[in-house]
Amino acid sequence: MTIDLNMLEWARAQFAMTALFHFFFVPFTLGMSFLVAFFETIYVKTGKQEWKEITQFWQTLFAINFALGLSTGIIHEFEFGTNWSTYSWVVGDIFGAPLAVEGIIAFFMEATFAAISFFGWKRVSKGVHLASTWLLAIGSNLSALWILIANGFMQHPSNEFLKFDIETSRAVMTDFWKLITQPVAQVKFLHTISAGYTLSSIFVLGISAYYLLRKKHVDFAKKSAAVAAAFGLVSSIFVAVIGDEHAYEVANTQPTKIAAMEGLYVGEKGAPIVAFGIPKDLPALKVNSNDEAFVFKIEIPKLLSILGKRDPDAYVPGLKDLIVGNPEYGIWPLSKLAQIGAEARADLRAYHEAKAKGDKAGMEAAKADFYSVVWSDDKLGLKLTKSDLIGYGFFKNVNNPDLIHPPVPPVFYSFHIMVGLGFWFILLFLASWVAIIKGTFENNRLLQQLAVISVPLPWIATSFGWMTAEIGRQPWTVFGMLPTAESATPIALQNVQATFFMFLTAFVILGIAELKILFTVVKHGPKGAH
Amino acid sequence: MTWAPYTVDATHFYLQVYFWIIVAVLGGLFLFMTFVQGGQTLFHTAKDEMEERAILNSLGRKWELTFTTLVLFGGALYAAFPLFYSISFGGAYWVWMLILFAFVLQAVAYEYMNKPNNVIGKGAYKFFLYFNGVVGMVLLGAAVGTFFTGSNFSYDPVTKVLHWGVAKDGINLRGLEAAIDFKHGAWFNLAMGVLVFAAARILGALWLINDVDNNEFPDLIKRLRGVIKRCFVILLIALAIVLYGWITMKGYAYNIHDPKGIIYREEGKYLHNLLAFGALPLITLLVGLVLYVLGVLKSGFGSSNKGIWFSGLGIVLIGIIVFVIAGLFGTPFYPSYADLQSSLTIQNSSGSKYTLEVMAWVSVAVPFVLGYIIWVWYQMKKAGPITKEEIADPESHAY
Ligand code: HDD
Ligand code: HEM
Ligand code: HEM
Repeated sequence: MTIDLNMLEWARAQFAMTALFHFFFVPFTLGMSFLVAFFETIYVKTGKQEWKEITQFWQTLFAINFALGLSTGIIHEFEFGTNWSTYSWVVGDIFGAPLAVEGIIAFFMEATFAAISFFGWKRVSKGVHLASTWLLAIGSNLSALWILIANGFMQHPSNEFLKFDIETSRAVMTDFWKLITQPVAQVKFLHTISAGYTLSSIFVLGISAYYLLRKKHVDFAKKSAAVAAAFGLVSSIFVAVIGDEHAYEVANTQPTKIAAMEGLYVGEKGAPIVAFGIPKDLPALKVNSNDEAFVFKIEIPKLLSILGKRDPDAYVPGLKDLIVGNPEYGIWPLSKLAQIGAEARADLRAYHEAKAKGDKAGMEAAKADFYSVVWSDDKLGLKLTKSDLIGYGFFKNVNNPDLIHPPVPPVFYSFHIMVGLGFWFILLFLASWVAIIKGTFENNRLLQQLAVISVPLPWIATSFGWMTAEIGRQPWTVFGMLPTAESATPIALQNVQATFFMFLTAFVILGIAELKILFTVVKHGPKGAH
Repeated sequence: MTWAPYTVDATHFYLQVYFWIIVAVLGGLFLFMTFVQGGQTLFHTAKDEMEERAILNSLGRKWELTFTTLVLFGGALYAAFPLFYSISFGGAYWVWMLILFAFVLQAVAYEYMNKPNNVIGKGAYKFFLYFNGVVGMVLLGAAVGTFFTGSNFSYDPVTKVLHWGVAKDGINLRGLEAAIDFKHGAWFNLAMGVLVFAAARILGALWLINDVDNNEFPDLIKRLRGVIKRCFVILLIALAIVLYGWITMKGYAYNIHDPKGIIYREEGKYLHNLLAFGALPLITLLVGLVLYVLGVLKSGFGSSNKGIWFSGLGIVLIGIIVFVIAGLFGTPFYPSYADLQSSLTIQNSSGSKYTLEVMAWVSVAVPFVLGYIIWVWYQMKKAGPITKEEIADPESHAY
């Protein structure tokens, strides 16, 4: 296909921009919807007016954020068609379904019950109102489930739930249940929603701490902080635990990504984790030892093998091994994968040429070869056919093998910053929670200041988390199946540039507006409280 | 290059028809919900702050539902007809991008418009709503117009390459040519755009007449009736052009039993479709039109405030029929005038049989969803229309 590379970069930038922008608002929705539901539940249980004020204050902030979450989401959905039309064509049979289910099951729940939760305070009974607030929270978290199932498929398009169909020359779904329940997607879902809970808990804790520092709305702030600290402590621990599980899934499904995350150029038995380090951006083939790939690093021995393979002495392949192969550990060289992929593509062409001529035997022969098994493992019950490796057939240029893995520094840094922040959040919540239990939070200015300063940090963590996941997946949109360069819409560069700036301008202006409105509301404080 | 339906499997075919009907129903419901967009073009009828906030609050409780219906409309098309999703969105790039842009701006406007420190000022947000109501509607209407007049593309089914703008006598503006290429039916597309816009505007006024307290806002109601009367004239003209187009147009067709799925042109194709199945589509269309006009007469010309329910049901029926005659009875719903055989039919653009089966099971949820939407709607409505007191009450999250 003739895709203008420059155009490709712009299409990627546009997607990254809208995705990152969408994800400023989404995790806030995921967590804040539950926090508001908690507050309202306490209000309904105790019947105390001050809890109603707490609920309504946080709900106002929620609503301001919610609007931008919706507006950035819609672009996303249609961008799959406008900028990634070949992608939509090739994998739409699998990818479209979770998106449609998300619309039916989740979005309507959200939109419908939001109407009661926001506007129904005087129009419906207390019970109906509370139920609506909960349904809004459940609905928004369900939307995360379905979109992450869709994303999980892109990370790990397993032949357990799809196959490449020679007749239509695209991927088709074969098992919906397996698609939904595949561990990659489930772990992603749990990690992402708990990250959302962590983020919104820090927000509530930080704003409350700000009031306490100013000695304003003290009672309001203490109550809000108590709920946020408890929710945040549980969530942040869960984020780390499930994050570890996440890394395990990555190690077993996307070897190039895990290697880039840890800057592992040369495979090792008992591979370490780099706790701190400055990696160099090197062509993998030129690297002979992992030490020369870093300006500086501090390692924790064997930890990567433990995390990735659950065995301290397990072998973890490096980027170089994934290119040149390593027969000792059964790792195929890229050239072999590319060869098989090229054969699969040849079969595809042969099949359609035979079909055009009405040559039944030719069709059968091409089909048989296309689905012939090239690797199997009886113990695990797994097998690969040529068709599963068709994506590698696009990598004709085996002389530039560095195109087959993601750039190391951005993936390495974003991963390490996310993890570092994750541990910081646990500490912060732990300290705050203990202080709140002991009744010292109100006067602990240091802790309050730390909480205020930490407010922007979870946004950094979630954005970097996604950059790890999505940049780490490069050069594929669908790992091992469809390269990014083959996914884009054939369109002239200027169109993509123009829409990029169109949306960037809108986002910047609306983003500034939302922040200003948010700050004004926070400054003004909850009504009634002192 | 012929893209034969790769299956003549009957179950698969019925599923394709089923999903096209779902798309048609969603399209019809969306058209009804565009009363929000129509209402957004009516802020000028408010003569004071209170009237303006009445309009804002009435629409502000419903816009999300319209928005979400559009999202689901997209999602359903993606899941059921992925090839259409790919070709139309990737090909008619600018039409869809501008529609999206109009909706992005809309989504924040309600929440931010009357908030202090909103940076760009109330007027700007009002303009966003207006832009969404006019540009969003006209473009969506024109896009549906191309379901009949065709688009300028071809593609290769094996290598999956889309070529947009390949017609020798055509114009290529990545979709926007639909509004200026009169050789290829721009007049019809434009008429569709105006029709959708006028219909939405009338629905918006009908909705406000119903939802805003008539005793507290008598002048606003009177002005809204005026808008309905004027818009109705425009609607009738646009409708006449569209109907004339359907009857006289040389349509696109294929034979559903032809394993090769060869596409050809047919005189009066859309009229034939209206008369298919014992003229059921035509009858439904007429019932829809009568209901729509009845609603207009009741609340636009008469003094009832219930007109929205008649016109609303009417437009749902009309919407369904527009999609039915565009895609069923052996009609390619996304035809190409550049390369006839590249035209998309429900058969050659659909998802696999397995995916459609799964989605058919999922679609069982739709009645439940509709059920709770109606329940919630009723809950919010039964406390009465929007009053000045509620708007002024700081506890009601009023805009
Ligand atoms: C508050 C935010 C936050 C925090 C503190 C953490 N994460 Fe995270 N992480 C995310 C927010 C996030 C995320 C935004 O939700 C991501 C992006 C993609 C995804 O599925 O979740 C993610 C992705 C992500 C990935 C990449 C998955 C992929 O490529 O598909 C891994 C391996 C981890 N995380 C692991 C961790 C570990 C071991 C943490 C230790 C504390 C951690 N994360 C903390
Ligand atoms: C909302 C959170 C998300 C963020 C912040 C995010 C971030 C990114 C980034 C940074 C890129 C650019 C990668 C590169 O080109 O180097 C990207 C690409 C992409 N992402 Fe995501 N992503 C998110 C969620 C998703 C989800 C849920 C899906 C699918 C369901 C998805 C699908 C894609 C696609 C199709 C591309 C473009 C092709 C590519 O470059 O691989 N993203 N995303
Ligand atoms: C890249 C793929 C994505 C697409 C196509 C997408 C699409 C959308 C759309 C269309 C909406 C508006 C829904 C409506 O009309 O009600 C929306 C909102 C939402 N999305 Fe996304 N989204 C993506 C990524 C994500 C991710 C990764 C998550 C969560 C993990 C997420 C969670 C949500 C939530 C909770 C909302 C509710 C509204 C809000 O936050 O304000 N989305 N999304």
